[in-house]
Amino acid sequence: MYQYDEYDATLVRERVEQFRHQVDRRLTGRLTEDQFKPLRLMNGVYLQLHAYMLRVAIPYGVLSGKQMRTLGHIARRYDRNYGHFTTRQNIQYNWPALVDIPDILGQLADVEMHAIQTSGNCIRNVTSDPYAGAAADEIEDPRPWCEIIRQWSTFHPEFSFLPRKFKIAVTGAAEDRAAIRAHDIGLKVVKNDAGETGFAVFPGGGQGRTPRIAPLIREFLPVQELLAYLTAILRVYNLHGRRDNMYKARIKILVESLGADEFRRQVEEEYEKIAADGSLALPDEEIERIRGFFPPPPQAESAEPVQFSDDADFALWRKHNVRPHKVAGLKSVVISLKPIGGTPGDATSEQMEAVADLAEQYGFDEVRVTMEQNLILPHVREADLEAVWRALADIGFATPNAYTATDIVACPGLDYCSLANARSIPISQEISTRLDKSGLIEDVGDVTIKISGCINACGHHHIAHIGVLGVDKKGEEFYQITLGGSHSDDADIGSIVGKGLPGEDVPAAIERILRAYLATRSDGERFLDTLRRVGEEPFKEAIYEAA
Amino acid sequence: MKMISSNKLTDGRVIFWTGAGWSADMKDGKVLEDDAADAELEAALKDEATEVVGPYLIAVDGHDPAGRERLRETIRLTGPTTGSTKYVHGIKPGTEA
Repeated sequence: MYQYDEYDATLVRERVEQFRHQVDRRLTGRLTEDQFKPLRLMNGVYLQLHAYMLRVAIPYGVLSGKQMRTLGHIARRYDRNYGHFTTRQNIQYNWPALVDIPDILGQLADVEMHAIQTSGNCIRNVTSDPYAGAAADEIEDPRPWCEIIRQWSTFHPEFSFLPRKFKIAVTGAAEDRAAIRAHDIGLKVVKNDAGETGFAVFPGGGQGRTPRIAPLIREFLPVQELLAYLTAILRVYNLHGRRDNMYKARIKILVESLGADEFRRQVEEEYEKIAADGSLALPDEEIERIRGFFPPPPQAESAEPVQFSDDADFALWRKHNVRPHKVAGLKSVVISLKPIGGTPGDATSEQMEAVADLAEQYGFDEVRVTMEQNLILPHVREADLEAVWRALADIGFATPNAYTATDIVACPGLDYCSLANARSIPISQEISTRLDKSGLIEDVGDVTIKISGCINACGHHHIAHIGVLGVDKKGEEFYQITLGGSHSDDADIGSIVGKGLPGEDVPAAIERILRAYLATRSDGERFLDTLRRVGEEPFKEAIYEAA
Repeated sequence: MKMISSNKLTDGRVIFWTGAGWSADMKDGKVLEDDAADAELEAALKDEATEVVGPYLIAVDGHDPAGRERLRETIRLTGPTTGSTKYVHGIKPGTEA
């Protein structure tokens, strides 16, 4: 993984000390809250319902064992022994005291981490395929490109005060596991007819109150031109993005209002100007230097088939939580942070430290955070799978439900978030518990359920097969159900099927949706395929049948 | 009836205006007649310099949250209704230092 050079280290250290002084000035009245708020937000510090929240960047979701151990230590020393992994592959602490945050940032800097640009109208943490460098279907490892974008965008003076926040996602695989078309810019590594590597460019996607799937405006961008083209997109957005209305300020609104063709024309025009002097062209030697931080995955000591024990629980876990790897003899392991009835994405200090140990002992010192709020050990020898499974079971992290209906994504919701209209976590817990008891999980297979406590959609409900959106109706919580969203290659926005339900009715309604699917599907058909084939009517009837 | 609530500057914990200062216990909060609330809020806002963040008026019925924001203010008062912090530690968030 990437190692800081002296510039990175200095920049992060200086930022810690700057923030320490800013906190001191706020506490002693030399900065007003209005003056301090944008400064704390630039360092990932929000004020939520009960306390401050610190959002720590995990660049493209990649952690070392040492970094994970530090995250666990911070949770124990400065928080309530927990951290919460988010849909943007970051971690949030829900209870840090403002007076402690400079010290927390100092400890993060010790392990080459920070909270810079995890808030504010700037280019946020770049997200990516959590199986980067390991996926069997990968065209090229996207992490070097993520790192190049991270370096380019960090403190970029031209793009530090954009009309609104800006999120970039990169995938290097055939299957989109990074939801690239639901981002401000999505990049997909592709090959052209000559076998050269480049990017397909999708700007103008996003969720929130106006969800949009990003259109393709460039089928093939040579890799050397990445920063020139990103700059062109950002310049067009910075110039024309609406600053008069924060609800219409994201790039998706600009792309839609101009139309994809006109937006493309303006970007290409700007790009031609930038490309003419070549100053933003990526030198091949710099690309190779960054690639050098991300060597090919390790080779397994043996690619011989492994004889696993006949433990049924282990077999079920392998079925759902062990994924194919590009190297024979290796697998990727999904660590489920979705215990049945638990809080999606939460991990205790002890759990984080145990995962750090496992990464170092069995995982070639790498951990990934996923947008599904799980963790991944990307490279594990098949021969070590049983030992990893047993160790995960010891810490409550071996729930065999990765990518199943109980692998539910949920934002913090009204239990923590000052923006939320309704609670998300209790609904996810009740759905998880009910579906687990229903015995349907194995049969329904590939279904995604995602819950947001408000229209900002941090829980990604728009791109869920079954989405749940919390709304406020005269002070009461109600939940709208959406159907048909997808974050993948068949990306789509789910549609609201009807009036909102009280929270206590939602788990049963979701079970009825799944039963309707089982009654309607053809052989081998996924939930989404059935929904697209028959339309939403049978599912709508199922949702409201008891009403 | 109204009360003034805020978050403590140093740690963000939920607090209530007593008329002379701030308390983490809502029972200590000063209950205000609606027509006196704005003037009292002006007084409380002076503490934003070094003690609190964003004081604002909440609707109350006696010493309990009321009105449209009742659920939100109840959660602020008693902490997350579920989740790791609550059920594992048994802490009542908002009351711990």
